[in-house]
Amino acid sequence: MEESKQLACNLSAYRSLFVARFVLLLQYRTAALAGIATQLFWGLIKVMVLAAFFSSSAEAQPMTLSQAVSYVWLGQALLVAVVPWSGDREIQAMIRSGAVGYDLLRPTDLYSFWLTRALAMRTAPVVLRALPLLTISLLLFPTLELNEWALAVPDSAAALIAFLLALIGAIVLSAALTMLLTVSMLWTISGEGINHLFPTLIIVFSGMIIPLPLFPDWMQPLLAVLPFSGLLDQPFCLFVGSLPPSALGQVLTHQAIWISIIILFGRWLVKRGVQRLVIQGG
Amino acid sequence: MPHIVVEDLRKTFWVAEHAPGLWGAVRGLVRRNTRAVEALKGVSFSLERGELVGYIGPNGAGKSTTIKILSGILVPSSGRCRIDGRTPWHDRISHVARIGVVFGQRTQLWWDLPVIESFALLRDIYRVPPAVYRQTCSELIELLELEPLLVTPVRQLSLGQRMRCDFAAALLHRPDILFLDEPTIGLDAVSKLAVRKFIKALNQTQQVTTILTTHDMDDIEALCDRVIIIGGGEILCDGSLAQLRSQVSSRRHLRIDLQPGQLGGQLLRFPVAGVNLLNQVGDSVTLAFDPRQISAAALIHRITEHYDVADLFVENPPIEEIVAELYANERDPQRETTGGENGGV
Repeated sequence: MEESKQLACNLSAYRSLFVARFVLLLQYRTAALAGIATQLFWGLIKVMVLAAFFSSSAEAQPMTLSQAVSYVWLGQALLVAVVPWSGDREIQAMIRSGAVGYDLLRPTDLYSFWLTRALAMRTAPVVLRALPLLTISLLLFPTLELNEWALAVPDSAAALIAFLLALIGAIVLSAALTMLLTVSMLWTISGEGINHLFPTLIIVFSGMIIPLPLFPDWMQPLLAVLPFSGLLDQPFCLFVGSLPPSALGQVLTHQAIWISIIILFGRWLVKRGVQRLVIQGG
Repeated sequence: MPHIVVEDLRKTFWVAEHAPGLWGAVRGLVRRNTRAVEALKGVSFSLERGELVGYIGPNGAGKSTTIKILSGILVPSSGRCRIDGRTPWHDRISHVARIGVVFGQRTQLWWDLPVIESFALLRDIYRVPPAVYRQTCSELIELLELEPLLVTPVRQLSLGQRMRCDFAAALLHRPDILFLDEPTIGLDAVSKLAVRKFIKALNQTQQVTTILTTHDMDDIEALCDRVIIIGGGEILCDGSLAQLRSQVSSRRHLRIDLQPGQLGGQLLRFPVAGVNLLNQVGDSVTLAFDPRQISAAALIHRITEHYDVADLFVENPPIEEIVAELYANERDPQRETTGGENGGV
């Protein structure tokens, strides 16, 4: 009871923490530059593989090559935001050393405190990377006569708005999953196992490797139910037009349900972990 | 009503252990031995508002465990604790909002942020009203001379500078209780003096109830009227410095500087009951004596009869020695507490 009351009236604390973290993470410009180069390279490879696949396949595909290519570029540009690659290394180091108990000295709800950091961690780096990558794929490729490889703008303003709203949901979902990875450290000694296994599942089932519409039909129901399609596939389908803007409500509902479940589970994990911590000591 | 009441606080940790070596590790997979470690075995004390108490003890005595329990970040196995009507571990959020904690071994500031931004973040976390924040912040900046440090990222500060900033950070929300866990550890002499002066001033002007843990007995002598000594999870002594001295040992030290050339390189020989030679460097001699057997005046008289004395003074044994003796007695209760012929050192 007390915790939730505190939470409600202490939003400015979380906002300030977010801003501080965000500004701090914007300083990693070299990492961003390296990230842009890597993601551009992988993007080109994926685009070429898709082009080869589409030209060699006679069957009708669930999405056009241009849609698939746009899907890939969005993924490369927004990678850091929507794919929870890893937990928060600083918090994990604190958990490992036992220093995490000292975070309890602040009059804040620990889960919200950490989720705020995860949100900053998912949003700040993407600001540096998304704009250059989108510019290259949207504007540079067409001028180089590489229209097949370019990112195509959405058909309508409605599609763009639907995409942007679903993207916000995707980032929150991604931050909530990041928290699960972070707090897994409270339960395993090194946390490395979960931190390697989980991201691999995520990049496959979110559509990062192959766009989800290109997966076999029998997998589609499973892919649609899992939380990971809400990270990447569904917002991107709204952008490229494989999903109509009217599907936004459905996409947001799917995200909201999973966000609630994951946050509740994360809160429970943190609560149990902290209980153990305050009883057993750091 | 006392500000802080602690009653019969106990804390047992369960430590998993396995036999050394490969075989031990294998056996540990099947059967895990846990051993109970009693960090606190029934600690009780109470503090009035505005008191400044030194809480000392050897490593592993239970100092940090006590501080963690009082700060609400560790739950005791049993016992009661009321601080301003709150039980720290039940009312964690409202409790930590009213206390300030400084750890000498770690910083509470954000490593990568400039100091002033850390302060602003703390202002929002503790919801300090802007007007109060402006006033408190400028007071602290002036008192602790932080002006030139404010835009420096915390990681670039020296230890002394960082400690001053940590003090300010712990006080921005105007807590009425302060826990200082080894705040002078690793500091140079100048920084130590500055920190002590600040603690003293804070306690006197703002009536902040303060518990100070330290290994530096100069901190205790400079700051605390009252000391609580803990060893092996139990309170060994709780009282004024003078009481502590008399409880452990009544022996005093007499330092004499003799006029040169009287000893001819020999040790001073002085066969008087209750007096023994502590050390002798050149013409400077230190004697330990028991005032119940021979008064200081009588002793000085006896010495001046035999020797030409250039200078002399009577002093209490350093508090370190008293504490060391207390710890030693704790480990070996059979030992004489008043200090026999060989005691006192």
